[in-house]
Amino acid sequence: MAEFLSLADAVAANVRDGDLVAMEGFTHLIPYAAGHEVIRQKRKHLTLVRMTPDIIYDQLIGVGAVDKLIFSWGGNPGVGSLHRMRDAVEKGWPVPLAVEEHSHAAMANAYEAGAANLPFAVLRGYKGVDLPKVNPNIRSVTCPYTGEVLATVPAIRPDVTIIHAQRADRRGNVLLEGIVGVQKEAVLAAKRSIVTVEEIVDDLAAPSPNSVVLPSWTVGAIAAVPGGAYPSYAHGYYPRANDFYKAWDAIARERDSFNAWIEENVMARTADDFAVHASRAA
Amino acid sequence: MSDYTPTEIMTVVAARALSSKDVCFVGIGAPSAACNLARLTHAPGITLIYESGTIDTKPEVLPLSIGDGELCETALTTVSVPEMFRYWLQGGRITVGFLGGAQIDRFANLNTTVVGPYDHPKVRLPGGGGAPEIATNCGEIFITMALSPRAFVEKLPFITSLGHGTGPGSRAALGVTTKGPTRVITDMCVMEPDPESRELTVVSLHPGVTADQVKEACGWPLKFAADLKETPAPTAEEIKVLRELQERTRLKHGGKQGEAA
Repeated sequence: MAEFLSLADAVAANVRDGDLVAMEGFTHLIPYAAGHEVIRQKRKHLTLVRMTPDIIYDQLIGVGAVDKLIFSWGGNPGVGSLHRMRDAVEKGWPVPLAVEEHSHAAMANAYEAGAANLPFAVLRGYKGVDLPKVNPNIRSVTCPYTGEVLATVPAIRPDVTIIHAQRADRRGNVLLEGIVGVQKEAVLAAKRSIVTVEEIVDDLAAPSPNSVVLPSWTVGAIAAVPGGAYPSYAHGYYPRANDFYKAWDAIARERDSFNAWIEENVMARTADDFAVHASRAA
Repeated sequence: MSDYTPTEIMTVVAARALSSKDVCFVGIGAPSAACNLARLTHAPGITLIYESGTIDTKPEVLPLSIGDGELCETALTTVSVPEMFRYWLQGGRITVGFLGGAQIDRFANLNTTVVGPYDHPKVRLPGGGGAPEIATNCGEIFITMALSPRAFVEKLPFITSLGHGTGPGSRAALGVTTKGPTRVITDMCVMEPDPESRELTVVSLHPGVTADQVKEACGWPLKFAADLKETPAPTAEEIKVLRELQERTRLKHGGKQGEAA
């Protein structure tokens, strides 16, 4: 059964140096507060996996917490580059960053294979492109029925998956809605999981019999962190802070301005400070 | 109507490539503006799909990211990302994929991964995202990119998504049965693959643009179709709808004009 913890305790108990960590959320419901807690607790030598490394991974990479990144699209959507990620890849600052690069289709399939307890995923992909030349984990299998050669990638099995969701009930069942990305698969594929939520409620009030619900017994730790997805968004609660995404470009461009931002906005803060961003749509 | 920018005519001409019958996978970058302009003008029935899982979405403003809440709130339905790539894209349900890119070669292969060697890149670009499988699993591909010698290059440092490979027969040899890129819309001209050589060839020049200017802006010796045409200029209505869309977007995002991602 899910355990209700403070975010600090949930991260302390579940995220260890050297872990393979997935923080998922496709533009939506990105677990920023949890990412900041990982930075404050000074985890090192992480391998981070995420389809779309976003500002949150730029921050973790920029503080030197990450040895390796497994990803399929690394940018600040609609704005430009992730400058801390580029500095680590191009210049090795503050520590060199190894990358294992895939396509979205392959990553999505790999999470699904992890959730399905399969060793690898199969897809009709990577045809005529250079990624398989630089990523030895992209291989192939011949279909035993048709002879078609299909691409394969290893299942993603994180040590810990961290997501943000709209709400949990008091038994620890978790509801996600809107753009749900790969979060369900990422939690089910992981050994441990942390879910931060906007609120904990008596009645989950799932809007449809087919709503995306993670039952309590599939979730490790739950922490109530209202506003915890900011500057990403929580459908039905608060919108994406597109202005912050644009402002990040200048903050992250230089090492000094990045370090100053982390000191002021992460190291000197707590998860409770995210509450200022929380709101509930009428 | 002559009062329009090169970016505006690129968006308008890209939009015209789409029809109400299309089920279109909207790629990150410039394509989003074109696809929504098509929906708001001549192609009201078009089904727009974004890789975030939003199906038949009708956003009032252009999304900054492909997973903005606007896309989900105005969609017929929103599916998970694994379902999007497995059932809808790989399942062969998409008629057109609309892509942008950082670099393109004469066979419409695209690079959005690195400039320079992969292990020690001069410039680390965002990577492929959905593009590698969009490029082979959609019925056909339209590409829109501004023409410049840095973008239209003789040789790509990295092939992120497949166009026509190294020429005739390349796609078929890889077992790919879809058409691949059939049109490249730039801010100066429209190119299509030559039916024989599969090499991108200029089929129309935008009004006021000369063949020499286009040659100058392309990194390979560019060929021109025998029946080279002039692109019909944007109509007042097309420009009006585009500017209104971008103004709504600017007001909502508090940023510069209609950047989509």
